[in-house]
Amino acid sequence: MTQALLRVPAFAVAAVTIGLGLIFAIVFMEQESDVAVISLIAVAAVAAWAGTRAGVADRVSLAAVERPGGVALLVAAGMLVLIGVFVEDHFPLLMLATVMIYGTVALGLNIQFGYTGVVNFAGAAFFGIGAYTSAKVVGSGLPPILSLPLGAIFAALIGLLLVIPVVRTRGHYAAVVTIAFSVLFKTFLEVNDTLGGPQGLSVGAMKLFGWDFGDSPNLFGIEASFYLNYALTALAMLSLVFIVVRRLERSWLGLSLDAVRLDETGAACYGIGIRRSKIFAFVLGNAIIGLAGALYGTMQGYVAPTSFTFSDSLILVAIVLLGGMGSPWGTILAAAIVVILPEKLQAIQEYRFLLFSVLVIAILLFRPAGLLPRGVRHYFPPRAKGAEP
Amino acid sequence: MSDTLLSLEGVAKSFGGVRALNDVSFGVARGQILGLIGPNGSGKTTSFNVLTGLYRPNGGRVTFDGAEITGASPQAVYRAGIARTFQRSRLCLELSIFDNIMVGNHGRLNQGLIHNLFRRKALKAEVDAAYAEAMALATLFSPNLGDAMFEPVGALPMIERRRIEICRALIAQPKLLLLDEPSAGMTHDETHQLMSDILSVRERIGGLSIIIIEHEMGVIERVCDRCVVLNYGEKIAEGSYQEVAADRMVQEAYLGSA
Repeated sequence: MTQALLRVPAFAVAAVTIGLGLIFAIVFMEQESDVAVISLIAVAAVAAWAGTRAGVADRVSLAAVERPGGVALLVAAGMLVLIGVFVEDHFPLLMLATVMIYGTVALGLNIQFGYTGVVNFAGAAFFGIGAYTSAKVVGSGLPPILSLPLGAIFAALIGLLLVIPVVRTRGHYAAVVTIAFSVLFKTFLEVNDTLGGPQGLSVGAMKLFGWDFGDSPNLFGIEASFYLNYALTALAMLSLVFIVVRRLERSWLGLSLDAVRLDETGAACYGIGIRRSKIFAFVLGNAIIGLAGALYGTMQGYVAPTSFTFSDSLILVAIVLLGGMGSPWGTILAAAIVVILPEKLQAIQEYRFLLFSVLVIAILLFRPAGLLPRGVRHYFPPRAKGAEP
Repeated sequence: MSDTLLSLEGVAKSFGGVRALNDVSFGVARGQILGLIGPNGSGKTTSFNVLTGLYRPNGGRVTFDGAEITGASPQAVYRAGIARTFQRSRLCLELSIFDNIMVGNHGRLNQGLIHNLFRRKALKAEVDAAYAEAMALATLFSPNLGDAMFEPVGALPMIERRRIEICRALIAQPKLLLLDEPSAGMTHDETHQLMSDILSVRERIGGLSIIIIEHEMGVIERVCDRCVVLNYGEKIAEGSYQEVAADRMVQEAYLGSA
């Protein structure tokens, strides 16, 4: 099996794997009963295990190294097909859009602690800043599309309040500072009347060039769900952020961030600005999280303090740990698991925090590098095997 | 321009009540190899840490290449042209050999945001050039390193890691190289090999000054032009290896007083 597999081009193996993943996703999302969902999860787990044993996983990661753009395009195309299959249904499209928005957020967090080692337990707070910005921007009559850049800018600016404690403290202390901010943020929202207090605010729909995202688009006689607008925007946003994160990783900047995470003293002795790198990562990460938050706000139609609690921050951290620190592909896969699982498995919904805690502990014990571990950095696809950068 | 590259004048450093360095003065001339020796805890690594800006001295002056660098940040010291290795290897184990060498090359690589994210063609040319340079340097030490440029460092034996650490320090073309116990954790033969490699690389680069901390006196005798001996944070002797080895105070420091 393994020998035969080596004769198939890696890219073909990757394409088939992505295709199978797509079929699985379609079947999975159509299931209603808990029994069917659990059986499918078991099937996926066994397939993943067998695929890894048979060397499929190695071929797929080789393809991702040799043709990163091609693999990314295939996945994006698969996502489009998935959106197309459920084009008329509100709920699956909402779920897909949520996966992509959470994936974007987790990519932002990944820059912070996956690459640079700056812990941030206030992810949901920065996500909330983006969402509340969208409520205010759309409500004020400004073009709604402005809420995306403004959400990013506000999240980055408010994050600057934390820069001094986060940059000057290390490890646990920086974690405590962000936890405190996360708790304060929710309390602040609850007592602030201009932000709607505990009830929150309603958010108008996104509008782009006169096109109202609250309207159902009519595609060749099919009346699509209005969530199609958001799913496509989320896909575009995720793709853009993914490209930025991947390019950042595979550049001198990404190397400097890694050096800061792995050894601050060593990095300083080779001229790398520790504070500069941390501030850069923290601000860029928060801007990405805020951007995703702004889209989330307009999609949900309302924002309330209960959506942006410390527990939600923990879920975001869990996504990064689950997927693999510094692994953008792992992050997106983990976002899909963390968002979709409790929605499909009604039985576990109340226990989801418990379930994710167990999952994170299991991952840290048995597979500390995450579901899709990050590989060694290749700045550009190697031309000959293993010989070029 | 004077012949002295680096000079320490009356440098002092204390931690609480402990005087790790007390009025230490010595200098290194251009192109010279200086051995820094002394028993454990005599202040050798502390001198390196003061020199490279990791510790701020409590007193004294450090001048390098005509400019004062007393209390400068580690980044500024690196930019001035001093690179170092560490007693306990400080490589990033999960990063590749190439990445680890490139950490040392930080100052010569374009760190601009736009360049790194959006001018990928220019970046590619830069990566290719840096790769060729790293490859040439690494293969001088060991052909194995060249074959494994994109393997994680964590999988390599100690001697290869030491070589990478020295490549990382040399890639930036420093004027002064600080080697903190390069023989630590290696066999006698490996150390001999490594020192020969360093000497031959130095010949190609030309004009590189080195300060080396070392416990193996064979190494010191072989490579050093001059030695400085520290004991309890004070300089007790200075001169050629033969001179300091014959010094009574040095013998007492190492063997105890008779």
